[in-house]
Amino acid sequence: MDAIVAEHLRKTYRNGVRAVEDVTFRVAPGEIFGLLGPNGAGKSTTVRILATLTQPDGGTARVAGHDVRRDPAGVRRKLGYVAQVSGVDKHATGRENLTLQAHLHRVPRRQVRERVERVLAWVGLTDAADRMVRTYSGGMQRRLDIALALVHEPEVLFLDEPTTGLDPETRAALWDDLVRLKRERGLAVLLTTHYLDEADRLCDRLAIVDRGRVVVEGTPAELKAGVRGDRVTLEVEQRPAEAAAVLQSLDRVLEVVPNGREVIARVLHGATAIPQLVTVLERAGITVQSVALQRPSLDDVYLFHTGHRMITDDLAPDGLGSGEERRSWAS
Amino acid sequence: MGFVMDTLYLLKRHTLATVRIPIWVFMSLVSPLVWLVLYGQLFKRIVELPGFETNSYIQFLTPGVIVMLALFNAAWGGMGTLQDLTDGVIDRLLVTPVSRAALIASRVLHTALTVAVQATIILLVGLVMGARVPGGVLGVLTMLGVAALLAGGIAAISNGLALITRREETLIAVVNFFATPLVFLSSAFIATALMPGWIRAIARANPVNWAVQGARYAMLGSDWGAVASYGLLLGAFAVLGVLFATQAFRAYRRST
Repeated sequence: MDAIVAEHLRKTYRNGVRAVEDVTFRVAPGEIFGLLGPNGAGKSTTVRILATLTQPDGGTARVAGHDVRRDPAGVRRKLGYVAQVSGVDKHATGRENLTLQAHLHRVPRRQVRERVERVLAWVGLTDAADRMVRTYSGGMQRRLDIALALVHEPEVLFLDEPTTGLDPETRAALWDDLVRLKRERGLAVLLTTHYLDEADRLCDRLAIVDRGRVVVEGTPAELKAGVRGDRVTLEVEQRPAEAAAVLQSLDRVLEVVPNGREVIARVLHGATAIPQLVTVLERAGITVQSVALQRPSLDDVYLFHTGHRMITDDLAPDGLGSGEERRSWAS
Repeated sequence: MGFVMDTLYLLKRHTLATVRIPIWVFMSLVSPLVWLVLYGQLFKRIVELPGFETNSYIQFLTPGVIVMLALFNAAWGGMGTLQDLTDGVIDRLLVTPVSRAALIASRVLHTALTVAVQATIILLVGLVMGARVPGGVLGVLTMLGVAALLAGGIAAISNGLALITRREETLIAVVNFFATPLVFLSSAFIATALMPGWIRAIARANPVNWAVQGARYAMLGSDWGAVASYGLLLGAFAVLGVLFATQAFRAYRRST
């Protein structure tokens, strides 16, 4: 039985924002499934529907066998949820936070102490357990968030942008934790992210979400294999627009996007095409300063399926429901 | 069962937070204490006018200031919920099977408890200034109960408003607009017999006035029948407040 089944979910907020238009996917037990897309794509709303925090206007969803609309209490007993905004009590200790959450999650009273101890050890916070959370570092707080979501030993874990706002080192450490989580606990994980590298690294399968719809779904390898051609990035000394036009006229060039002083081309058999690309440009009087070749990345997959790029760097963590979209259009 | 335990767990959480940062408990005592001391001195001789239930103004004033404190503190009760909304605490609680009613009940109880503790401090200052408690221990406990009952009802309404508006500014505006007039439209500072007719008419329907009268008669131990009827009115008011907060919570859940 699938741990998560979402079928044709649809949600329009009261202020008229159509957050989710049509989202369908399934997640098997023991699988990390990613929802990848820019801010405002509808990822968080999808997770909030599945976590029973908001009601869908259409479609159905089941989590660990319970329908989110007809049996939200059943869903809540089986889920752990790590929100974008942490929600811990900063003026309480880590242990107090966990104990409260365990009680509210209906962990049998005699087991609470032991479960809290175990999950503290699991996230490596045993030594800091009796310190006020406000003294924790960003990474420690995130680990406490995860511990809070795990203390009742759920079957399904939702992680909404778990690494947004963390420094690279902490992010990498958290990735290790998540891999360990999957390996040791075998629970189903639904992860939303706007980081392509994160999706690539962690997800067994993922769905790319764009403007409230799932545009494509598969393993990262499948998705990348589905994109024809390689990415060739040429840095030119002058006239990038003209360079783009010249390259576009070649048969094996599928697509060209000027990007500042660079020209990014999707080219069949990129490695063997590079000499020809350089020659054609030089003949047009354009000097090529550097050439880079890349196998398709998830960024290319994204571009391929949505027609626009995902800008993933220097994104500030977005608040809930702040639907500001940060995209740059490729064409 | 779940409701009772959840309420206690959450009450513990709110109480720990208050105990760890007790500054607000004391800050909110400052202004009522100033009123008690200044008014108590300034209008000392006002009881020479006919119509007061007692011949000591500080004794008359103490229950009034206690109720004023209950009103003001409870009126700000929604701020804690707003903070929890912003911090994501509410979402963190809502993904658990926690009793939804316990979320409201724990907040309301917490405010009522805090107010009872603060009211005790005011009472002690009143005693130092010369107030006496003919109603005895029962009178004091009843007075604290009356203040807590008003605080519960007001806190529930404040929480409801917080959930509906979800804006600090709105809550601040509402509290500032209503709180002080409600005190002056009661017998907190002046005997009912000395009020202009129109204020007396409004005071009769003002829960703050019910609490002031109930607390005062309990402290004086002079009219237990009146205490009982004001207590019943306040109980009904508190129930209505909680119903409003529960509906507001439903509306909040639907709108997100």
